[in-house]
Amino acid sequence: MLEITNVHASYSKTPILRGIDVSVETGEIVGIMGKNGVGKTTLVKTVMGLLEADEGRIVFDGEDVTDEPADVRARHGMGYIPQGRDVFPELTVEENLRMGETINDGTDDLQYDAVYDYFPILEERRDQEAGTMSGGQQQLLAIGRALIGNPELLVLDEPSEGVQPSIVQDITRDLRRVNEELGTTILFVEQNLHVVQRLGERCYAIDKGAIVDELGPERLESRDAVTEYLAV
Amino acid sequence: MAGLGLLDFGFEFVEIFAFVVLATVGLAVIFGMMGIINLAHGEFILVGAYATTFSFAAGLPLPLAMLAGVVITAVFGVVLERLIIRHLYGRLLDSMVVTWGISLVMIQLVRIVFGNSAPGIGIPFGQLPIVDGPVYYLVLAVIAVGLLGGLYALFMWTDFGVRARATMQDEETARSMGIDTDRMYASTFAIGSALAGLTGALYAPVMPITPEYGTGFLVEAFVAVVVGGASVIVGTVLASGFLGTVNAAVTNVAGTFMGQVAMLIAAIVAIRLLPEGITGLLADLREKRGESE
Ligand SMILES: Nc1ncnc2c1ncn2[C@@H]1O[C@H](COP(=O)(O)OP(=O)(O)OP(=O)(O)O)[C@@H](O)[C@H]1O
Ligand SMILES: [Mg+2]
Repeated sequence: MLEITNVHASYSKTPILRGIDVSVETGEIVGIMGKNGVGKTTLVKTVMGLLEADEGRIVFDGEDVTDEPADVRARHGMGYIPQGRDVFPELTVEENLRMGETINDGTDDLQYDAVYDYFPILEERRDQEAGTMSGGQQQLLAIGRALIGNPELLVLDEPSEGVQPSIVQDITRDLRRVNEELGTTILFVEQNLHVVQRLGERCYAIDKGAIVDELGPERLESRDAVTEYLAV
Repeated sequence: MAGLGLLDFGFEFVEIFAFVVLATVGLAVIFGMMGIINLAHGEFILVGAYATTFSFAAGLPLPLAMLAGVVITAVFGVVLERLIIRHLYGRLLDSMVVTWGISLVMIQLVRIVFGNSAPGIGIPFGQLPIVDGPVYYLVLAVIAVGLLGGLYALFMWTDFGVRARATMQDEETARSMGIDTDRMYASTFAIGSALAGLTGALYAPVMPITPEYGTGFLVEAFVAVVVGGASVIVGTVLASGFLGTVNAAVTNVAGTFMGQVAMLIAAIVAIRLLPEGITGLLADLREKRGESE
């Protein structure tokens, strides 16, 4: 469903990604873990089309999207939850959700019922300005917004960042439900041990802009194997 | 007699309120939604007026001539946006310098092509019975209020409005939600241009049409945008109401010139006291109330 092949990317000539290979099958939950500043966000932005790849190929759903701009990729069915969530602060919760409708414009199958079912707080606070909510609630909103258009692939950039531990557990559980019930494929980057172990079925480790390891379910069980790649 | 004085004041207020609103909306949409200070705003109005007056002279009925003014200004705006303005998003100073240059070039160009004056259009609808003034000013006021209502509905309630506001708040995230933000900017700029064109068209029967026609709107437009603050519609309404009241009250006792002076003084005081504009003050008050809850 997503094939990232030998992707290089840079910020104004400073190379950050040096040949990334990642592949995600339909229905999988795949993690990419790594410490601060190793290029996780850069990779996610390159996948989403917010940053141009200098080299390599990105194939989504059988289609080469390497040269497509971000809005076209989103409409193909990629839902994105940016790092630091980036809800639209001055739009209401409901208006933020409305913004997700353009994702995956192939379906007219909008997921308001499912989203309000997973995150009842969003329905209660429908008319509240998003910027006035707590960090955890904004994270739920960012996830809900990406789900509204029923994307085939959900891409999350550190969903645990700045969210209190009990909410992180809720979010992890909710994302597993989304994957099971809506069939949404999930790709996430993280440096939170709990999320990596509980959410990921399979995890890549990234360091200095390159994939350095790939962990299956057994090695993901082992705290030592995982923490080697995290700043804990 | 006192009743008539009040009526005069009322009419004066309506006239000035409509003028400030119409002078401002196009500028306010482009500034508020896109962060571009369009110093060529007056010349967008000029395009609307010239297109209207020449269409009228060519034999089109006035409403159609005005429609032509709106459409031609919108097209003009889109072309300018695609060629020049879009390279200036997020660069406030550059955008000012460039649009100022556009303004100067256009005034000269209009002078060269059309000379120093254009054919006039008579004021339609005749005079009011009791107050000394044309019916047309009341029509302008109704249009101004209708326009504000329409713009509010457009930006607050429609999909387009939600997407435009989202794009303004966070372009990258809007793009990653599937919004073609380039097109969003172009459409918003087209709306702002069309509004300026409409202003030029509506005032074509009222003001003499010369190459400096647009500059007659600039003071009110810029003062109202600054006094109103960042919130496009609410800011325009409050600023126009405030400036219109001051101007009309003083005009009524001391004449048009003193009315203008009083309005500028009021604006300076308002900007001094409320650096974020009236809507900035409202936002502060709302925040304070939220904190004390
Ligand atoms: N806009 C930018 N311009 C230039 N350099 C950047 C930019 N954004 C990030 N970098 C640099 O690129 C490298 C990778 O950054 P990136 O944001 O991808 O890391 P990350 O793994 O997401 O880190 P974090 O865990 O802090 O989110 C870092 O060295 C960072 O300083
Ligand atoms: Mg990051």
